[in-house]
Amino acid sequence: MDMLLDPAFLASVPRFVVPVLLAALGGALCERAGVFNIALEGFVLVGAFAAVAGSWLGESALLGIVFACLAGAAMGLVFAEFSVRRGGDAIVTSVALNLLAIGLTTYLLRALFGVTGAFRDARIDGLGTLDLPILAGWPVLGPLLSGQSPLLLVAVLTALLLHLGLARHRLGLRLRAAGEAPAALVAGGVSVRRVRTGALVACGVLCGLAGAQLSISNVNLFVENMSAGRGWIAVVAVLLTRGRPLPLLGVAILFGTADSLSVRIQGLGLPQQATDALPYLVTLVALVVASVWRLRRSAPGAAS
Amino acid sequence: MKAAGSGLDKGLGPVVRTIAAWSGVALPLALIGWGLIALAGAPLGEAIDGFLRGAFGGRRNAYLLTTLSRAGLIIGMAMAAWLSFRAGLFNIGGEGQLVLGGLSAALVAIHAPGPAPVAIALAFAAGMAAGAAWAMLAGVLELAAGVPLLIGSLLLNYPASFFASWVVGHPFRDVASGLPQTVLLPAERWLPNFSGTRLDVGVAFIAVVTVLVIVYGATTTHGLRARLNGQAPAFARASGLAVRRLSLQTLAASGALAGFVGALAVLGLHHRYSDGMLVQPLYAWTGIVAVLLVGLVPWAVPLAGFFFAALATGAAGMERTAAVPREIALILQACVILFVAGRTARSVPGARRDDPGS
Repeated sequence: MDMLLDPAFLASVPRFVVPVLLAALGGALCERAGVFNIALEGFVLVGAFAAVAGSWLGESALLGIVFACLAGAAMGLVFAEFSVRRGGDAIVTSVALNLLAIGLTTYLLRALFGVTGAFRDARIDGLGTLDLPILAGWPVLGPLLSGQSPLLLVAVLTALLLHLGLARHRLGLRLRAAGEAPAALVAGGVSVRRVRTGALVACGVLCGLAGAQLSISNVNLFVENMSAGRGWIAVVAVLLTRGRPLPLLGVAILFGTADSLSVRIQGLGLPQQATDALPYLVTLVALVVASVWRLRRSAPGAAS
Repeated sequence: MKAAGSGLDKGLGPVVRTIAAWSGVALPLALIGWGLIALAGAPLGEAIDGFLRGAFGGRRNAYLLTTLSRAGLIIGMAMAAWLSFRAGLFNIGGEGQLVLGGLSAALVAIHAPGPAPVAIALAFAAGMAAGAAWAMLAGVLELAAGVPLLIGSLLLNYPASFFASWVVGHPFRDVASGLPQTVLLPAERWLPNFSGTRLDVGVAFIAVVTVLVIVYGATTTHGLRARLNGQAPAFARASGLAVRRLSLQTLAASGALAGFVGALAVLGLHHRYSDGMLVQPLYAWTGIVAVLLVGLVPWAVPLAGFFFAALATGAAGMERTAAVPREIALILQACVILFVAGRTARSVPGARRDDPGS
């Protein structure tokens, strides 16, 4: 328990929560709009690469963020072109885009920067941290919230905004209609394709930011395949919560904590491979628990 | 979602569609390839020359044989995926099943006592058992615990890879080599090569297995029931099929085939298990996209597998002669799928996500 309340550990948690949360919020947009997007992994990877490329090019983290958003949005557009407009199967499109992301980032890493494996350079400007002086002194919340990547704020605000927007705003209503009653949307004179394309582009932007958190905030370099399953964990978070933003926030915190815990317990003498596997095992256990809970709730005789 | 699986396996339709799809993607693909080569600053002629030689040439056809060897592994993984997909089971955990199969086969082949043929047979059995068990675990997670197969099988890839990495990094490491890998198999336990070549007989195994799998799918009761479950799960259930048992058996077969491919890679190609050797070439994912490319038409799978293998070895040749990074193969492969996916849409009958219990 002491280990869990240790400020150094607490300070590391958001680093792992932010990528999963951002990517999962993007996935939630797609889910609610009726697009089954399991290419989050690829979106995040492309975002991570673009962030490093932009940051290197302009020696500015801000340009890195811009590049990451644009690259993510481009992936979203490609998804929309092939799946929404041409009618390709969403799962097949996702599988292809995940492969495309691995291929493209590795190819560009070698073609543009002439390196294999990892790219680090003094020109890559890191994102820095955001200090919140009011909170900094607080016992647990201080290290959790202050001195963190500015993307933490972005992620949490996006979750809250999405919660409100889906429930209250016209765009949120349209998004939900695209998922739940596309015919009604058409009857209302709104293009389902356009709404879904918008959701995919927004998803790409959020995943791009998730990638930026991995590459120019957590570290200051790009490593081949550095998303390392974070996008898949985000997919699970979306499935578990059916794309509702507030529960998503909770699940992302759970998964992110497991992720940071896996780094933390490497000090205890466990082999690294065992701790590396921890986030995936936690994810699987969460899936099992959730579905058993759902089954029990929907069992005959129980209150619904 | 629209009705799933319509128009598959219906005589000439898929043939015409496949040909149309292939010719329709050629132009954008050529443009993308040309752009990427230009980006790498390589002269186009040299690159194409390197590609063709890398895929089909070489001294005494050495590169062509490499392509064939790679094609064999990809086709094996593709048929493993095909077994699941046609039964409506979206098992994308082939990678984990392949890794555990290869690892188990390597450990058994190294440590089993007895004469070489027995040890080889035991190694294959161990690889198939490990692959089958891992695939069935994903099936049990879906049937008993409601974890969608698509996600469960994928997530199980990661623990499998980490476990294999640990096994060859610690307890069974070949310390002398300095790398995370097992020791070499005793030479008498290697699969033989075709005489006078450097191509091992694994390709022939794959050819036989592919024919067997196609025959199973087209003629046996179990195979037809599995397809029925994929095309019309509600009907399969209503007509009293033991759907759960059918699903688990199909997954076991699919995983066993993946494990078999892992064993082939160990006994025939690498003669040891090294960390990442089955993951990095993306055999499992390439197999999956090969099946998707041809819209689950089984006899076309070897063509797709060979195509993707040639793409990869050709790209390696292009890297040698024109310094174009070989990952261009991966990009083109993904683009092929993207351009074709829209044409052979609904190619996966099991992709109905709202029905995880089927």
